[in-house]
Amino acid sequence: MELPAHLRTLAGVGVEVAVNVEAPVTVRSVLDALEAGYPALRGTIRDYGTEQRRPFLRFFVCEQDWSHERPDAPLPAAVASGAEPFMIVGAISGG
Amino acid sequence: MSGVRVLVGTRKGAFVLTSDGKRTNWDVSGPHFGGWEIYHVKGSPVDPNRIYASQSSSWFGQVVQRSSDGGKTWEPVGNKFEYDGVPGTHQWYDGTQHPWEFKRVWHLEPSLTDADTVYAGAEDAALFKSLDGGQTWQELSGLRGHGSGSRWAPGAGGMCLHTILLDPANHARMFIAISAAGAFRTSDAGKTWEPINKGLRSQHIPDPTAEVGHCVHRIAMHPSRPDVLFMQKHWDVMRSDDGGDSWKEVSGNLPTDFGFVIDVNANKPDTIYVVPIKSDSEHYPPDGRLRVYRSRMGGNEWEALGNGLPQKDCYVNVLRDAMAVDSLDRCGVYFGTTGGQVYASADEGDNWAPIVRDLPPVVSVEVQTFT
Repeated sequence: MELPAHLRTLAGVGVEVAVNVEAPVTVRSVLDALEAGYPALRGTIRDYGTEQRRPFLRFFVCEQDWSHERPDAPLPAAVASGAEPFMIVGAISGG
Repeated sequence: MSGVRVLVGTRKGAFVLTSDGKRTNWDVSGPHFGGWEIYHVKGSPVDPNRIYASQSSSWFGQVVQRSSDGGKTWEPVGNKFEYDGVPGTHQWYDGTQHPWEFKRVWHLEPSLTDADTVYAGAEDAALFKSLDGGQTWQELSGLRGHGSGSRWAPGAGGMCLHTILLDPANHARMFIAISAAGAFRTSDAGKTWEPINKGLRSQHIPDPTAEVGHCVHRIAMHPSRPDVLFMQKHWDVMRSDDGGDSWKEVSGNLPTDFGFVIDVNANKPDTIYVVPIKSDSEHYPPDGRLRVYRSRMGGNEWEALGNGLPQKDCYVNVLRDAMAVDSLDRCGVYFGTTGGQVYASADEGDNWAPIVRDLPPVVSVEVQTFT
């Protein structure tokens, strides 16, 4: 996975973070694994109650915007295998 | 050896400013949490090394940080702020009803008796409490459930609970203030609340003397006199001598009674400070002169304090949580500006000097005193 700079600082990790996810590998299972490994990230990517993606974040996968896919849709095999990263990207905005 | 630690929250991080009791030479640490909005940083009066910080961003939401070594190192703690039950609705800008939505924590108030107990004032307005050092939070929902919530409305800055005053003489009594709902008081540790807005007049609401709906910017109290409260309202500086049962205006000879901050001298309960701001549509000092006003009479009679502050071409604002006092003799007074300056006076406001000039816009200032 690749996280925005502020979340890397918050979690105390580098550019890439590896998470172990059992099949099926989906947005939900990836984020569940990430939050389990790095509890400080809970609530910063998706809301606690609704689990909806925070509006200024996007999920990019294999050069596609995966932000509006169902959270339980299987991610591409290249992501599941770790060959390609699951990218969480912050919107370019603000001052 | 005596000293002070000034905790500064800014739009782009937190800063810790330390000095000995002379308060002339300063060490600056930070930015902590660089790039994040830090609405408030405050230390526990029980354990000064325990400090809480509210960290937020439009991208990543709310984080609460905790330090156990006086701000040298920090750890993120709980950020799950969930309203109790069905949140309900409040008045929206266009007069319609709008669902309560958690946005951020404006103010953290550590308990006077336990370093692990801390209160959080939130936007949309609600009061939360943690008993485990910020790991978990529970809403004191009696406030939001008081019955007037549907008539609360956001000010331009949001519908925030920004002031939490704990009564040192009666631990069951607290005062809070919300923009734009007004001031509220509990006498049973937060189970039930009552509005305490009698005497307030606000021309920007349909009924200027309504029970709720007033845009209270800040309330201050001296710990030795918890029945005496001072308020900077949207317009008007107010005083209560009966624990909020009634208020009277003490704006007196202020050049303008609009402003955000108000605070009380730690050693002189009748000496209070405000920073007059030109108007609600022009958030900067009158005439481009930055001046703190001090009353030694608990209001009505005010003197301008500008020694060391810019007296021309100054158009900064001083936000509601951005003034604090230390308890040394003489009392130190501190405030931060939206221009990134933090000014300090080591002599009760007679003379001022900047500690720092070029921080990001300052949102909050708190002081810890070491004797």
